[in-house]
Amino acid sequence: MRIRRVSAIALKELLQVWRDPRSLMLALLMPVMQMLLLGYGVNLDISHVPTCTYDEEGSQLSQALIARFQASRYFDLVAGLDSQRQIRHAMDGGLCKLVIVIPAGFSRQISEFHHASVQAIVDATDDNTATIATAYASAVVQGFSNEVQMRYEALRGGTVVAQPLAVQSRVWFNEDLDSRDFIIPGVVALVLALVGAQLTSLTIAREWERGTMELLLSTPVTPLEMMIGKLLPYFVIGLVDAGICLAFALLLFHVPFRGAFATLLLTTSLFLVVVLNIGYLLSVLIRNQLGASQIAMFVTIMPISLLSGYTFPIDQMPAAIRAVTYVIYARYFVTILKAVFLKGSGIGALWGPVSALILYDILVVWIAGRAFRKRIA
Amino acid sequence: MSEQPPMIRVEGLRKQFGDFLAVAGISFEVAQGEILGFLGPNGAGKSTTIRMLCGLLKPTAGRIHIDGVDVAADPDALRKRIGYMSQKFSLYQDLTVRENLRFYGGVYGLRGAALESRIGYALEMSGLTAHPETLVSALAGGWKQRLALGCAILHRPRILFLDEPTSGVDPLSRRRFWDLIHDLSTEGVTILVSTHHMDEAQYCNRIALIDRGSIVALDTPGQLKRRSLGGELVRIECASPDRAMQALAALAQVRDVAVFGNSLHALVDNAADAAAAIVERLRTRGIAAARVTQIDATLEDVFVRLVSANHGPAGTGA
Repeated sequence: MRIRRVSAIALKELLQVWRDPRSLMLALLMPVMQMLLLGYGVNLDISHVPTCTYDEEGSQLSQALIARFQASRYFDLVAGLDSQRQIRHAMDGGLCKLVIVIPAGFSRQISEFHHASVQAIVDATDDNTATIATAYASAVVQGFSNEVQMRYEALRGGTVVAQPLAVQSRVWFNEDLDSRDFIIPGVVALVLALVGAQLTSLTIAREWERGTMELLLSTPVTPLEMMIGKLLPYFVIGLVDAGICLAFALLLFHVPFRGAFATLLLTTSLFLVVVLNIGYLLSVLIRNQLGASQIAMFVTIMPISLLSGYTFPIDQMPAAIRAVTYVIYARYFVTILKAVFLKGSGIGALWGPVSALILYDILVVWIAGRAFRKRIA
Repeated sequence: MSEQPPMIRVEGLRKQFGDFLAVAGISFEVAQGEILGFLGPNGAGKSTTIRMLCGLLKPTAGRIHIDGVDVAADPDALRKRIGYMSQKFSLYQDLTVRENLRFYGGVYGLRGAALESRIGYALEMSGLTAHPETLVSALAGGWKQRLALGCAILHRPRILFLDEPTSGVDPLSRRRFWDLIHDLSTEGVTILVSTHHMDEAQYCNRIALIDRGSIVALDTPGQLKRRSLGGELVRIECASPDRAMQALAALAQVRDVAVFGNSLHALVDNAADAAAAIVERLRTRGIAAARVTQIDATLEDVFVRLVSANHGPAGTGA
């Protein structure tokens, strides 16, 4: 391998990206846009669920319960309903996703039987939201229930016993249970994969389309020199993009960063090598900018957003799909990013996913380094 | 030239694309410093042949030796020896003149002072010394063409393959380009150039007429014309062409004669021998002021004759 030939190709490629507004935008603007879009857009926290109430009783107690819901940031009370029929109407019309029904006789039941039921009707078209909203609603009711119970005990002259047994949960690594903190590190992986594969998917196809490839093939450039020379500039761009993503994560989304930058740099580099080579391979095979970039988009967005664990926890997937995630190279980087950002893990603790990435690197470099044939057909 | 081994030796070269036979088993040799022209219509197989010679296409059959290198066995050794200019002037339009030269120089492993000196040479040769920082997209066709040639010879290749280098270039630039080609050949560079401009054939040492994947004829431009016509052509300017034609029709040295405007064209075996006999015959018949000059048949005539022979009555050309 001759360094001179590699540097000539790398320099030329960099100049071309620099002079091409489309490539430049793809390289620098796309990560910014995606960080904003995915950072703000993908938010799994359920809050401000539009909620209606149907208070059949209208007592002090029932209003106190409704006030509890009002006070919670998870629920927005949009209307009080007057009949069963209105419930159906409010749900169908999209007015609310949750209806809290307090039955007549609610207060009496509590005072006589120390037990009463409250009905929560939930719009489960979005089952994830429904599940979480139901859980939050139960929590609100449970809290209220405890309070009421204690008040009755006190009225009866008994000792005010605090809850006999309570779980004191402490959440580690993402203390606010903010899903953004959990998602953003994964977004970084998605953005880098998307932009990286897009950029390199154009690189060889462009030479074919513009007719410059033929001459390049007649020169002494070897397939390996071609690959390294072509990917080097995009590697640098990828690191710049990673810097942009990091800046957004830390400064705009205030995601905690507890790890070491060196760990991040090393693992990001390992990931970029996989991503860039995949785009390059597509470009070599397809020889058409549009086709290659669309396939690059397809093979990055779908599998990574669904199967890398960046939003949907891999542990909760069915076994068969979980098995598939092991092939998704991004899952290793997502694991690494989450650990580096939130736990501050070092390379030592991450040896598993890091070695998976290294294996992938070896594999893609081996394939891409040979894929390029020095012939027209 | 003839004592040296040929710079290019091609034997039985064939290329089949599916059902289409692009190159139908051709053989030829090119000596060092020679300019061989591939002349023929579009689709005749000129580009396919050149691409095989450059190692860009794998031949279906046949052997290619270039500067002693077996192309099939050692394509890398070949690539260091050749310069190639493809039909599309493979320059990067979004790079400047100098950036293009730097890139191709680098790709051929040139660096430092050697690279700068070759870039200087290429700039001068292409007439772009004053415009090294101009974007290639802003250059006119003739300049692009000369710059592409400059890029192809940065590494001082011993053999140069030029595929339709003059297509889409104005006549003046074409002329200037051929001067450059000629200079290179006098420096010992072997050149194989394809064209479909018949008038450019005169700049070549030898011409291979190519049609439908075969070499129909391979010779010097002069020989080709003589051979296909079966003689030489002379123009006879005289006082009364009609009478002169009758007078010459019976002359032994004249094989054919026809009125051509105000003069006569006659096909003869040897222009010099025939001229004296023609002047003498006309003088004896009282036709004064006869002037006899040898003229060139155009290669286009030659090509049409040879190709129609090759095709037979149903020939369509490619």
